[in-house]
Amino acid sequence: MKLRNALIAASAIVSVAATAASADELTIATVNNGDMIRMQGMTDDFTKKTGHTVEWVTLEENVLRQRVTTDISTKGGAFDIMTIGMYETPIWGANGWLVPLDDLSDEYDADDILPAMAGGLSHDGTLYAAPFYGESSMIMYRTDLMEKAGMEMPEAPSWSFIAKAARAMTDRDEEINGICLRGKAGWGEGGAFITAMSNSFGARWFDEDWNAQFDTREWSDTLNFYKNMMDDAGPPGYATNGFNENLSLFQQGKCGMWIDATVAASFVTNPKDSTVADKVGFALAPDNGLGVRSNWLWAWALAIPAGTKKEAAAKEFIEWATSNGYIELVAEKEGWANVPPGARTSLYKNPNYKKVPFAQMTLDSILSADPNNSTVDPSPYVGVQFAAIPEFAGIATEVSQEFSAAYAGQQTIEEALAKAQALTNDAMEAAGYR
Amino acid sequence: MARAVSSNRKLLNTLIAWTIGLIIFFPILWTILTSFKTEAQAIADPPIFFFFDWTTENYSVVQERSNYMRFLWNSIIIAGVSTILGLIIAIPAAWSMAFVPSKRTKDILLWMLSTKMLPAVGVLYPIYLIFIQLGILDTRIGLIVVVMLINLPIIVWMLYTYFKEIPGEILEASRMDGASLKDEILYVLAPMAVPGIASTLLLNFILAWNEAFWTLNLTAAKAAPLTAFIASYSSPEGLFFAKLSAASTMAIAPILILGWFSQKQLVRGLTFGAVK
Repeated sequence: MKLRNALIAASAIVSVAATAASADELTIATVNNGDMIRMQGMTDDFTKKTGHTVEWVTLEENVLRQRVTTDISTKGGAFDIMTIGMYETPIWGANGWLVPLDDLSDEYDADDILPAMAGGLSHDGTLYAAPFYGESSMIMYRTDLMEKAGMEMPEAPSWSFIAKAARAMTDRDEEINGICLRGKAGWGEGGAFITAMSNSFGARWFDEDWNAQFDTREWSDTLNFYKNMMDDAGPPGYATNGFNENLSLFQQGKCGMWIDATVAASFVTNPKDSTVADKVGFALAPDNGLGVRSNWLWAWALAIPAGTKKEAAAKEFIEWATSNGYIELVAEKEGWANVPPGARTSLYKNPNYKKVPFAQMTLDSILSADPNNSTVDPSPYVGVQFAAIPEFAGIATEVSQEFSAAYAGQQTIEEALAKAQALTNDAMEAAGYR
Repeated sequence: MARAVSSNRKLLNTLIAWTIGLIIFFPILWTILTSFKTEAQAIADPPIFFFFDWTTENYSVVQERSNYMRFLWNSIIIAGVSTILGLIIAIPAAWSMAFVPSKRTKDILLWMLSTKMLPAVGVLYPIYLIFIQLGILDTRIGLIVVVMLINLPIIVWMLYTYFKEIPGEILEASRMDGASLKDEILYVLAPMAVPGIASTLLLNFILAWNEAFWTLNLTAAKAAPLTAFIASYSSPEGLFFAKLSAASTMAIAPILILGWFSQKQLVRGLTFGAVK
């Protein structure tokens, strides 16, 4: 008996020692949003299962982008896992900066990742980042104001319907703006919205020879439509409004419609923060009958920088954080409305998740965006609200500044488009595309 | 002869001073107030000033989510050591420029200041690569050196200005009495320049405490100070203003308290030599 107890104790010690010896401390750079913060709170589950511990570096989105870009391009090695988006992943994957995620375990079920997400996070068919959550954009609207205006929102409206409804819902005396849209300069702010909108008007950033296309009628139509509608039915100072400003307006009941990220649905329907939580309906982002809708596609995903010494542990973490098991863990602790959306096909077959009011519209929006075929006419780039080339962020930031100046009335739309055309062509020529 | 000031004029001056003080302090006051609101109250339009249900929930959330003490400790070490190290280098430098000037002294001073005119981002990559090579990325020692170096021109300039106010004859006299260079700086110059050195120390401690560019870019998890702590609560996709305000209040509280207790010394040092 003594011998047996001694053997059990010895094997327990060996097993603990083995776990401790193989346990790593992972440093993960991530963005500050609800889903990521929730994940940080669940890390104990990962540590319990694997023995690895996690150090979080949480940063504001733009700071994070600059920080991880500096580190990965210099092979700094400050992070074992980075949170990156659909824009960076294919570029960094092509540069050989990321570890390919082509050997994830069978249990992980990589085929369950939504095809649109897997496509946007791959380069040459190889997955380089696993989606933690995905988003598209859609219309969130006030059902009571729509009813008051005597109109009914179709499931897939056109831009002309949206403009008509926006004007009908506007009540300046009551400080109700028919529609709230992003106008703020920045490629990820107003730049993302207007690019996605322009897709539905038949516009594109570049033709197949990388020539800028801002001198086309389609771009002029897009900007004129946007400005006329916003001048008539948008909030004052819309040229400087981004996601947060519009969220604030919508939650205070000052927007009839808001077209923005699908993740906003959980904010505007949360009675703790939103005064209109029980009066919100959802619809697909509008189109113009050209076969392309104006919704974007984005994912925050986890990737491993090439050269990390903790690759195996990093893969274990990614498998844990982006698995169905993690979704179930969040559902169990915080409810189905709080699980990270838009990454896995099976989530949308789950009867419990189907009960969440915005679940189906989120899926439909994600499925209707195709990063490989986002424009009416053929284009040489991948991406819906961006072109996945390294130069895009810089160019699009400048272009969106010109557009915002036009929204604010500091220049005409024609002037803004002419400047956008010139600066884009100059930058593309300098970069050797033309 | 002092000019008589009427009581009405005094009252007006006081009112103007308080108004300017309140305008300058208002953003800090608003941050502190917002930290006690709910997220919905934080974005209320019209804004709510004092009359809301005060809550400490944001502080609880921040405490639960972040290891505040680690960030605080890093800030204290980085700001404190870099300031002291800067003074150790700057005092002899300022002494030589003030009391043994060469014909190039003015040029050197201007050149030192010109290093502050370069946008920091312009040298981010070279410094990042040096940090990688030296293995000091995400270490306090690396940040102490960088923060000390970026503040050094200001320390030298401030001390140089204070030292210029001290009559050189006093130092000459000490030399004639047989004082060595070390004795001259330590026992003659330093005691006379205490207000100036103290205000330089305090001002540079504040600058080092608030330094955000390098502390954000050269750290990850281990050496990150309170600037990174604040950055972790900012988000362009989500309204977390109340939590961000709580984090900001916690980050500025130590330096605010330090400034409050040492304001006499600061003002004395900053106005040193202003009136002759």
